[in-house]
Amino acid sequence: MAKMTKEEVIEVAHLARLAITDEEAVHFADQLEAITNAMELLNELDTENVEPTTHVLPLVNVMREDKSIEGLPRELVMKNVKEHEGGQVRVPTILD
Amino acid sequence: MNFETIIGLEVHVELKTESKMFSPSPAHFGAEPNTNTNVIDLGYPGVLPVVNKTAVDWAMKAALALNCEISRHTKFDRKNYFYPDNPKAYQISQFDEPIGEHGWLEIEVNGEKKRIGITRLHMEEDAGKLTHTGNGHSLVDFNRQGTPLIEIVSEPDIRTPEEAYAYLEKIKSIIQYTGVSDVRMEEGSLRCDANISLRPYGRDEFGTKTELKNLNSFNFVKKGLEHEQIRQEQVLLAGGVIEQETRRYDESTGKTVLMRVKEGSDDYRYFPEPDLVDIVIDDAWLERVRAEIPELPDARKARYVSELGLSSYDAMVLTLQKPISDFFEATVKAGADAKLASNWLMGEVSAYLNAQNKELEETELTPEGLAGMIKLIGEGTISSKIAKKVFKELIEKGGDPNKIVKAQGLVQISDENVLLEYVTNTLDANPQSIEDYKNGKDRAIGFLVGQIMKATKGQANPPLLNKILLEEIAKR
Repeated sequence: MAKMTKEEVIEVAHLARLAITDEEAVHFADQLEAITNAMELLNELDTENVEPTTHVLPLVNVMREDKSIEGLPRELVMKNVKEHEGGQVRVPTILD
Repeated sequence: MNFETIIGLEVHVELKTESKMFSPSPAHFGAEPNTNTNVIDLGYPGVLPVVNKTAVDWAMKAALALNCEISRHTKFDRKNYFYPDNPKAYQISQFDEPIGEHGWLEIEVNGEKKRIGITRLHMEEDAGKLTHTGNGHSLVDFNRQGTPLIEIVSEPDIRTPEEAYAYLEKIKSIIQYTGVSDVRMEEGSLRCDANISLRPYGRDEFGTKTELKNLNSFNFVKKGLEHEQIRQEQVLLAGGVIEQETRRYDESTGKTVLMRVKEGSDDYRYFPEPDLVDIVIDDAWLERVRAEIPELPDARKARYVSELGLSSYDAMVLTLQKPISDFFEATVKAGADAKLASNWLMGEVSAYLNAQNKELEETELTPEGLAGMIKLIGEGTISSKIAKKVFKELIEKGGDPNKIVKAQGLVQISDENVLLEYVTNTLDANPQSIEDYKNGKDRAIGFLVGQIMKATKGQANPPLLNKILLEEIAKR
């Protein structure tokens, strides 16, 4: 049975951009450990000859023709935008 | 200690489809900011992507042209990351089943041919464009969000910055021939990141690599790699270690500067895209796309050498850009001698395009016009010198070279009697020059030719004029 550490929880929270306290990290570590251990049970099954199931429907090649439809009017696009400038969305600078 | 340089390149190419990879909004460069988007591009809740069939066709076409094996079963995956250029907080890409793998292309550097492996070619969507204003905020234009992209990853087979340059030129050329992209670096439809590391000669394992970004032209790729190669060598010779980091090429200084140090590998938590079903490529689909691939630059080059008798170098230069190569073929078809057509395209035409910073299709020159002019030179109707005048007219205003020559009175004077009259008059007027010439001053002949050319407005047939002039001087 795998052990989930506080550090791993903090790492996962960071990847999801969730702000958590140390106490919460300890708290969630126990819960996540229980969940992952429950999932580990599945590893007992022999899936050697089973194709991975990414979709339950037997569908492939769902595609559309390359035809364009005019974009949304910009005023509409900006309706849910907090700040904009010259038709562009304004965000704090984060250097990659 | 001597080091061997190991370079691998990642090239992103935007496909010039009408609509986006997963949404029907227009995928065109140059529109007003945020006018080519819809709810799918903007990542609204509950929207569903649908794959653009033409984008898959074209990715396959590019993969085949780059000698890749096509995966008969391929799928999309989610690459999770947070950055303001992508409102969904994930990019739909391909992880473990890229559409193409195990490809290669051939480059030639200093006359030596070399095969560079292509690890994979996969489909994905582009992100929006960020402009950093420098005062704490950035502006985002989502027009580019969702534009179909292919990412082409090379094997670490490249050993010098020159090879990297040749590899990029070749990728650009091949993709341009397939017609799936404009491959214009200045418009961002072709982009490149470079990985570079050094290792002592003879060692098998690679050294730590750095990744170079902001390489906005093939020349900057070459210069950035040249700089980074020296920087890494100096660090290693001084006993230091190379950190795994991302470095930005600074165009103004020609140096690479640290952007960020990579701690561990990036964790994108890829998983199969639940909103898109898998793609299965059968023989009929594959063969249909394969049949659409036109003759590629290597095949054309070989044909120019074997059928048209061009040198290998000339054939390579002519076939690099498809519009030039197509123009060349049309000129030959219109009756021009292949070698002369090649000389004009690589000489005057290319010089004009460089000087004016234009593409061939933006000029008025037609293959028929060029062929007609070359024929006029061949027939002796115009001299090569006059041809330059005609050429300027053809490339700037277009038209029929025969008419231009007649209308402007540019026909070469090849009538011996007419030339003799000019020669006689000029000699009569310049007795000193005859004297000088007879006293061994060869330059005097140049002066006399110049006088006659001036009198004939440059239309005297040069070899004939020379012959008559020498004969007449000898008689005096």
